[in-house]
Amino acid sequence: MADNLLSLMTFFPLLGMLFVLFIPRDNDGLLKGFTLVVTLITFVISLPLAFDNVFATSGGMHYREFHEWINIGGFFQMNYNLGVDGISLWLVMLTTFIMPIAVLSTWKAVEKNSKGFMALLLLLETGMLGAFVSLDLFLFYIFWELMLIPMYFLIGIWGGKNRIYAAVKFFIYTAVGSLLMLVAIIFVYYYAVQSGALINGFGIQEFYKLNLPYHAQYWLFLAFGFSFAIKVPMFPLHTWLPDAHTEAPTAGSVILAAVLLKMGTYGYVRFAMPLFPDALPTFIPLLATLSVVGIIYGSLVAMMQEDVKKLVAYSSVAHLGFVMLGVFAMNMQGMAGGMIQMINHGVSTGALFLIVGFIYERRHTRMITEFGGLAHKMPVFATIFLIVTFSSIGLPGTNGFVGEFLALMGAFEGGLRWYAVVATTGVIFAAVYMLWMYQRVMMGTVTNPANESLKDLSAREVVVMLPLLVFVFWIGVYPNTFFDKMNPAMEQLLTQMGHKPAIVEVHHPAAIPAAHAVEHAPAAHGHN
Amino acid sequence: MDANLVQEAIQNVNLSAIMPSLVLSGFGMVLLLVSVFSPRGKTTHVAWLSFIALIVTALVSLGSWNNPQAGFAGSVVLDNFATFFSMTCIIAAGLTILMSDGYLKREGYPVGEYYTLVLFTTAGAMWMASGTDLMTIFLGLEVLSVSLYVLAGFFRDQTRSNEAGLKYFFLGAFSTGFLLYGVALLYGVTGTTKIAGIAEYVQANPATTTNIMFVAGGLLLLTGFLFKVAAAPFHMWTPDVYQGAPTPITAFMSAGPKAAAFAAFIRVTIIGLDSMQADISAVFWILAVLTMTIGNFVALGQKDIKRMLAYSSISHAGYALVGLVAWNEIGLTGIMFYMLVYTFMNMGAFAVLVLIGKKGEENLTIDGVAGMGYKRPVLAIALSIFLFSLMGMPPTAGFAGKFYIFAGAVKAGYIWLAVLGVLNSAVSLYYYLKVMVSMYFKDAEEDFGWVSMNAATAISIVIAIVGVLVMGMVPGPFMEMAKLAGF
Repeated sequence: MADNLLSLMTFFPLLGMLFVLFIPRDNDGLLKGFTLVVTLITFVISLPLAFDNVFATSGGMHYREFHEWINIGGFFQMNYNLGVDGISLWLVMLTTFIMPIAVLSTWKAVEKNSKGFMALLLLLETGMLGAFVSLDLFLFYIFWELMLIPMYFLIGIWGGKNRIYAAVKFFIYTAVGSLLMLVAIIFVYYYAVQSGALINGFGIQEFYKLNLPYHAQYWLFLAFGFSFAIKVPMFPLHTWLPDAHTEAPTAGSVILAAVLLKMGTYGYVRFAMPLFPDALPTFIPLLATLSVVGIIYGSLVAMMQEDVKKLVAYSSVAHLGFVMLGVFAMNMQGMAGGMIQMINHGVSTGALFLIVGFIYERRHTRMITEFGGLAHKMPVFATIFLIVTFSSIGLPGTNGFVGEFLALMGAFEGGLRWYAVVATTGVIFAAVYMLWMYQRVMMGTVTNPANESLKDLSAREVVVMLPLLVFVFWIGVYPNTFFDKMNPAMEQLLTQMGHKPAIVEVHHPAAIPAAHAVEHAPAAHGHN
Repeated sequence: MDANLVQEAIQNVNLSAIMPSLVLSGFGMVLLLVSVFSPRGKTTHVAWLSFIALIVTALVSLGSWNNPQAGFAGSVVLDNFATFFSMTCIIAAGLTILMSDGYLKREGYPVGEYYTLVLFTTAGAMWMASGTDLMTIFLGLEVLSVSLYVLAGFFRDQTRSNEAGLKYFFLGAFSTGFLLYGVALLYGVTGTTKIAGIAEYVQANPATTTNIMFVAGGLLLLTGFLFKVAAAPFHMWTPDVYQGAPTPITAFMSAGPKAAAFAAFIRVTIIGLDSMQADISAVFWILAVLTMTIGNFVALGQKDIKRMLAYSSISHAGYALVGLVAWNEIGLTGIMFYMLVYTFMNMGAFAVLVLIGKKGEENLTIDGVAGMGYKRPVLAIALSIFLFSLMGMPPTAGFAGKFYIFAGAVKAGYIWLAVLGVLNSAVSLYYYLKVMVSMYFKDAEEDFGWVSMNAATAISIVIAIVGVLVMGMVPGPFMEMAKLAGF
């Protein structure tokens, strides 16, 4: 089974979708139950990856699958080329882990046409998993675009009042970026062919070894970077995100926050940065600036929101700023911080969207002013909400702290010192907007009579939240479980980029990336 | 033509070089008689007979794959290139016939001659694809055009259909004039109308390329073709004709005859005018951008879906022109592949429109399909698949087609053209999405109870979906065929 585990995992949801199409549309329970089972089985299929120690010892690609797919003699070769390494491992796990939770969240929330909803969720899962495990740029592009279609319908059909605007905006923003990337992909391919380099279809591992001239790298990085920056989203390309998040149904928001946004950051780490390492230093100041602006701007705007969901959406912009800042630090701490922050953001922001969904299902409003004093009526909910709030702020002991601390430390030591200093204020802002929101919603006395009869969380809702809380503390207290399997791949990535002479100046002059990591990163303790 | 050439042509008669179109014309004439002796209003058997005729023609046509036949003193060549385009036209005609029977009955014009005309159009298209002499191409073009003039105006008591027929006729006649004048000038300079002969003459006398008569002749000739493929700035006729013509004919025009026009276009430019490559590429660069941009931007504002698809078809001609600008093997192969893909996706979309239209088709607007996703889910999914393919979203064939064409442009170094092309695709997303927004995101105002499925149209939709998905996910064999069909 290990031979084609990735294929099985990627296409199992698609298979499930085909079955969903044959379930009668009015059998709501069966539809949701079946989809839940499919996503759970997908999770179980992916579990061996998480327990495999090979990731802790070798940074290369594992679970490789390779088949020739399209071969038009003399024109093109595209391969079905899959693999997973320490960088994609946890993102894959996050995806398979979050999907059953997303399905559970629809139990009460989606009543209209749940058949379509379930089918689209499963299609989306195939798209996301495929994008994370593709090692062929062409294949990656296909999965990347495949994610767009289901998300578009999820927002557009089951979204809120402004759903059409949000859905179309989401679709067009993302598609514009990816179309430019397509031209860049074709260019890289032809450059490789014409330079006589040894290539294997659109395989990225061979493309890593191309020595593209700086001038070409500059434009190619711009095309890839633009596409991924839209997806992250980085300031000022973020405007689709608050709309999409606010209008999307809860399950859509959870998946959007937890997984789809990671596509952008993952794209930088997997494609844009290692493919064009010579152009990277040119863009780091700009990208780091945009990350910091995103952190500050996202926090300030989040502070002023009246709508809880919008607040969470803007907080995403800020959180992803930390991820990007850490990644652009180009050292082990920063990279590790960025990577773990991707997972953290998936867990905590996913949880926050679920929480917003809980109160929205009860009151059909998300305005902060409508609430107040909920803690008295819903004690369990209040506890869970508080934990998630702390995690989102980055309180020590929770996952958020580990990620933000490492990302900031990496940036501080990695030549982005002043960026890190400014970005640190974002942590304070985060505390302000989150706690202030928590206070206004949960504390005090119940002033609005509509809140008098609110019911606390049901067993199902607690079950939905519990796995997320486990990871809030797990990552917060013992992140090495995750770092152990991430480190070799990150080391390999940094060395690979470090071999390019132009990259050296980005690092701290005295430090060699790998050695540096062992010295400083708490991440590296468990690594042997 | 002097006496020697005529003599040579008579000696070189090789009927197998025109066998497919001969078979098809034969069937067409028989069917003309069949429909005369059929009772009024009974045309279903004529439809099925003409469908059978197309299948037979397809088999005959495929028989000459990898077995090129030249005839009539080299004025006709049945090579892979011709066969590939012929097959595209045959598929287009087959899909047209499948969706026509129910449609003609609903609109109240069950007339058997309709099918005969479709067959003759296809025969003309096949001559165009296999013509290696400008006169043969012209002959094919005229057979094709005259049949289409009649078909466009087929609903003779509907003003819009009349307008379509008349407009198409006048502008078409005008463009044919251009084309013929170009042929005459080229003949005047080079003394031949054979495409290869022209190329040989220019190679022997390089000074020809600066000869004003030769350049003017080439430009006039190309203008005629640009008109036929509806490239800007010669696209003005398209929206009105496409909107007014019977819907299956609109679908047909946008796929089959257009593919044939591209076939002749490619043969004439790549072989006959090879010496002018740099100039033609430069001009076409601008025209391709213009065509894509005009088509896409004007389509944004359309409310009528047929008219929107007309503009979209203009923009798709622009994408195909990109492949011609690239002027390399992959670009040309890309055009061939794209024409086949376009046949499936565009005709599929029209087939759905044929089904959901009321008599007179006033309801085929963006608002008219509101909520269709819930009332007619299967048809809505089908239409969505075709629209996604037209957008160029993977894993549909539309993506594969665009990919190859833009890859051709990038390979030839036209990176900015490829960038402008993909940006145009981005613009096009908006209007295709508009249809889906209406189908899925708006509530149904009507119950779509008038939609009556009929087997033939359903078959055409299924064929189109299979085509779009198979060519999208396994494009290899089809590209390989298109590659073999190149020169």
